Amino acid sequence: MNSAGINVERPSVSQRRRSLVLRKIWRNRSAYLLVLPGLLFFIVYKYIPMLGLVLAFQDFNPFRGILGSDFVGLAHFRKLFENAEVIRVLVNTLQIALLQLLFAFPLAIILSLMLNELRNQVFKRVVQSIVYLPHFLSWVVVVGIFFILLKSDGLINNFLVKLGLDTIPFMSSPALFKPLVVLQVIWKESGWGTILFLAALAGVNPSLYEAAVVDGANRWRQIWHITLPSIRSTIVVLLILRLGQVLDVGFEQIFLMLNPFVRDVGEILDTYVYEKGIRQSDVSFATAVGLFKGLVGLVLVVTSNRLAKRFGEQGLY
Amino acid sequence: MHHRTWAERIGDSLNVFALVLISLVMLFPFVYIFAVSFSSLEDVLRNQLLLWPKHWVFDSYAYIFASKPFLTSLYVSTFVTVVGTVVNLAFTASMAYGLTRDIYGKKWILLSVLFTLIFSAGIIPTYMVVKETGLLNSLWSLILPAAINPFNLIVMRQFFLSIPEDISDAALIDGATEFQIFRRIILPLSKPALAAFSLFYAVAHWNSYFSAILYLNDPAKWTIQVVLRQIVIANEGVSALGAEARQVMENPPPPITIQMAAIMIATVPILLFYPFLQKHFAKGVMLGSVKE
Repeated sequence: MNSAGINVERPSVSQRRRSLVLRKIWRNRSAYLLVLPGLLFFIVYKYIPMLGLVLAFQDFNPFRGILGSDFVGLAHFRKLFENAEVIRVLVNTLQIALLQLLFAFPLAIILSLMLNELRNQVFKRVVQSIVYLPHFLSWVVVVGIFFILLKSDGLINNFLVKLGLDTIPFMSSPALFKPLVVLQVIWKESGWGTILFLAALAGVNPSLYEAAVVDGANRWRQIWHITLPSIRSTIVVLLILRLGQVLDVGFEQIFLMLNPFVRDVGEILDTYVYEKGIRQSDVSFATAVGLFKGLVGLVLVVTSNRLAKRFGEQGLY
Repeated sequence: MHHRTWAERIGDSLNVFALVLISLVMLFPFVYIFAVSFSSLEDVLRNQLLLWPKHWVFDSYAYIFASKPFLTSLYVSTFVTVVGTVVNLAFTASMAYGLTRDIYGKKWILLSVLFTLIFSAGIIPTYMVVKETGLLNSLWSLILPAAINPFNLIVMRQFFLSIPEDISDAALIDGATEFQIFRRIILPLSKPALAAFSLFYAVAHWNSYFSAILYLNDPAKWTIQVVLRQIVIANEGVSALGAEARQVMENPPPPITIQMAAIMIATVPILLFYPFLQKHFAKGVMLGSVKE
């Protein structure tokens, strides 16, 4: 009898599965090669820095490096919550974010309603092109324009003098810092902010308006009963998502606006981390502040995303 | 359409009037800066509200273009924008396509990419890695740590997924590798999308300021935005432009026209591309919001 067939070793299930996986990988090797550079980018510049967050629990000593520095546990976080400076910076950040939400956000909605009411499509497109433009300028240019127009011998102050009024030190006035920051955001982003609303408005069924006209509804009633309800979900979602990013006020704008006169009212978390960690080399404490911001931000985004989904909308992810 | 009542007509006119006013507020700084940058100090002082140059004066531009620091920064920003965008496209497109294929571990990679959208290590740890990878004070620090915008990656992958799979399946049967499919089929089909993404990336590079002040100390490597800040906001004006320019012109133009001319030069590339920008960015915003 020929027993050869019986004696042949049969590969175990796990071995077979492994070889299957390997074969699959080998067959797709060029797809892996395509992913590889990007994967390396994410590992090196996104995930290795996350390992670097141990700095926040150390007393970092540049001569001994990350591996040689002493661990201090939560000492920096304890310092963080007792530090009046950090509390002030946190309050500034929230205040600026809230002011933007209160003033810049509704303006984009109002602007899109105004654009939506236009009958002349050519005029509408021209206005859109103009109001979108500032979005593409750098913050250096936008803040620079404000500086030029508002400086002591600038256009606005010359005008005030002509009216017989006193000049106003706009850029060094603590009381005007936050209003100016919000004004810049309004000028730069209001137009651009209309895009998602206008897209939602374009999807409204025209027969709704026709029916309203038959029922004798005037334009205000049409806006109130048809237009606004049709962008309500867009408004809710954008608002919730904005709340999730409430700690991200925008480093570049604030950094460019800051000067010694307004630092107390203008410093935000990001500029504070930069100032402490890079300028003053208090690396571990700055990392702790940054980690605190990151974690709170993470909780906020996840919560706001949940909320958005509860409203039956797609979230950020 | 029904007859418009008088109230509606007045409402419409007010709306148009308000929008014209808003447009003027948006446009005014450009017009004013343009006018002043081409004017003499006399004309600027005599006319409070200059909206068009009375006499064309090109001194400020001549002065700026004689300035070594300014020219260097233009060169640096152009380099970073062009090379950076090429790197962005290569990294983003290849990874986005690879992640549409049936590869092992795809789900985990996608989840890790998404996670970076909602949590980042922050400024300091990223700075340390940039330092450890030897990029500090190198122009590559503006390029490699920003090689992929995770959001763009996801939108681009979405775009690749919308290309019918039959095309690449047929090529696979013919023995083509994924790499060949990517280069010969997918990329040529995606030209308009790639153009849009290159605009997203290029504008971000040209306008970026933060990375430059964070990672570059050497003034010879400063980008246009950093130098612009020196001239306009730090109010160093003429002194930021260096000694060479002063030798070219006996009577340097006044700081105000130099500042305006500098803003114009830094903004012109954006204005030149604006028609394309507007079209593609609006689409990009929509793409981003219309996910599966």
